[in-house]
Amino acid sequence: MNLAVRDVRHNLARFSLTTVGIGMLLMIVMGMGGIYRGLIEDAVLLVNRIDADLWIVQHGTRGPFAEISRIPRSLEDRLLVVPGVQSARAFVSHTVQREHGGKPLRMVVNGLSWPQDDGSWLPLVAGRPLEAAHYEMIADKLLGLQLGETLELGKDVYRVVGLTQGMIGQGGDGLAFFTVPDALAIQFDSSAEAIRLERFARKARAVKDDIGKMQPMLMDKAELPSRELPAVPRAMISAVVVKAAPGRDPLEIAELISGWKDVSVHTSDEQKELLLKGTVDRARRQIGLFTALLVLISAIIMALIIYTLTLDKTRDIAMLKLMGARDSVILSLILQQAVLLGGLGYVLAYYFGQWIFPHFPRRVIIMHEDLLRLGMIVIAISVLSSLLGIWKAMKIQPNEVLS
Amino acid sequence: MTAASPAIEATGLTKVYGSGNTEVTAMRDVTLTIGKGEVVALLGPSGAGKSTLLTAIGLINPPTSGSIVIGGLPVMEGPEALVDVRGFRRRHIGYVFQKANLIPFLTALENVQLASEINDVPPREARSRALELLDYLGVGDRVKNLPHMLSGGQQQRVAVARALANSPSIVLADEPTAALDSVRGRQVMELFGKVAHEQGAGVLVVTHDHRALDVFDEILEMEDGTLRPPVRTTTHTEGSK
Repeated sequence: MNLAVRDVRHNLARFSLTTVGIGMLLMIVMGMGGIYRGLIEDAVLLVNRIDADLWIVQHGTRGPFAEISRIPRSLEDRLLVVPGVQSARAFVSHTVQREHGGKPLRMVVNGLSWPQDDGSWLPLVAGRPLEAAHYEMIADKLLGLQLGETLELGKDVYRVVGLTQGMIGQGGDGLAFFTVPDALAIQFDSSAEAIRLERFARKARAVKDDIGKMQPMLMDKAELPSRELPAVPRAMISAVVVKAAPGRDPLEIAELISGWKDVSVHTSDEQKELLLKGTVDRARRQIGLFTALLVLISAIIMALIIYTLTLDKTRDIAMLKLMGARDSVILSLILQQAVLLGGLGYVLAYYFGQWIFPHFPRRVIIMHEDLLRLGMIVIAISVLSSLLGIWKAMKIQPNEVLS
Repeated sequence: MTAASPAIEATGLTKVYGSGNTEVTAMRDVTLTIGKGEVVALLGPSGAGKSTLLTAIGLINPPTSGSIVIGGLPVMEGPEALVDVRGFRRRHIGYVFQKANLIPFLTALENVQLASEINDVPPREARSRALELLDYLGVGDRVKNLPHMLSGGQQQRVAVARALANSPSIVLADEPTAALDSVRGRQVMELFGKVAHEQGAGVLVVTHDHRALDVFDEILEMEDGTLRPPVRTTTHTEGSK
């Protein structure tokens, strides 16, 4: 006769409410693991999607995701002539926050090397890739933009021509894709007043400098737009992504490029490693500690619940002992209830999570191995939490029936 | 267990609680014998030591000194148990208390069946025995009811059925009719008589209820921890009544 099930059936409402509580607690534990997985997935998503073999960044930096990297766009052409390089594409990435529809809109602006790269590799759920050199964008659905909607960024207006789903940056912001010139225009947009002031400042510097005195003609050019001045460098890009030709070893190409003194080379795996170690590692440890604390709290709460359930049955356990029931009968009653509580709580946690996690602002990814690990932890804490109740039950004397 | 031995032989039982200034002697040098098939009432005022004697014989509360032999098998020598107490209780002793103490999450049938299952009786056999007992005790129509759905008398009869589930050698009852009306109280007392005579068990009933004393074969009285000479003795041969 299964006493645990009969007791649960008799106290169904209380047991159900307790299980729901445990389930919600375990859902949070499950969610924390899922948030961690989401962080990792989001961090390496772009690197994975771009599918490059090598990332060429500013010398001595770990850009473009871990830190700022600035390299000239001409590097794209230099790399294209390196033996074994199939393609080299400029890459720009930076985060902007603007007002749109009265709400803050935060997005990661990515530049695609159009027309070689029109974004057709993106997981489009609506619309099309980029078809024009300017004023088109592909946005992730997370940004809340609709297909055909226009968005003013800097001095220009961009039309959403394609929508992706699940393209999220390491900070949890949705990704938006433009051509490289548009992405740079958004990044280096200055107000007219700022441009005017810069021109005056440039002229003032030239006046003070020897070169201004020796070559007065330069004074006339000092106030021209910067794009018309060869001495003023062009806007810099973040990186160049390189794809090796079929059959060529990317490491050989990397070795060759690493001899260049103005750039650093990272393979895709190194880039992911940098991302995970640099930006995600602290979050990982924070989440790990928080999850461990939650597991501990769950175990304590479960232990208290099982202890209380045992206290409620003091007289019944005393009667069982008086009738000569073996310790195993009583132990099994408590242990089965603890495992039932933990097991049902775990199942509820899973279903609650399936329902709630999609509404979280950041991705929560629940993987099978995480579910399995949590399942084993739940069994372990169920058994551990029952120890307090078992200890209490073992101390109950049969003569307590008489009290 | 030997067939010829009395159901209970208690010799020189003494129980002392506390020590020094707080020492209280609850039972002093009590000797009694209850034969198989004999139903004995134990009377006495509150604090006389009746329950102490009952729990000592029931292997719940060991005596400070004295010995207990059940069915010819020595089970206690002073406070030392000579047998596996819990296993012995399971196989040979049935208890009934003032409160029925039924397990609230089990039905009447399950409460009785559990007693047999604890004693390693296969579930089907345990169920059949429980049904038979409940029917015999007049609660066969309430087998599926939880304890809170039963009246006090019905609960007590289920408790009696539970006590008898393993055909115990002795049945110990501590004021089993205290919570019952006179009619129900008498029915329960008659039940004990029936059980003792039909099953050959030794039955010791602690009671304050003087209305059904005619049911008992022997009436003992305790006062201040000692057993007084029998108030009344009737002689029965095992199972002959």
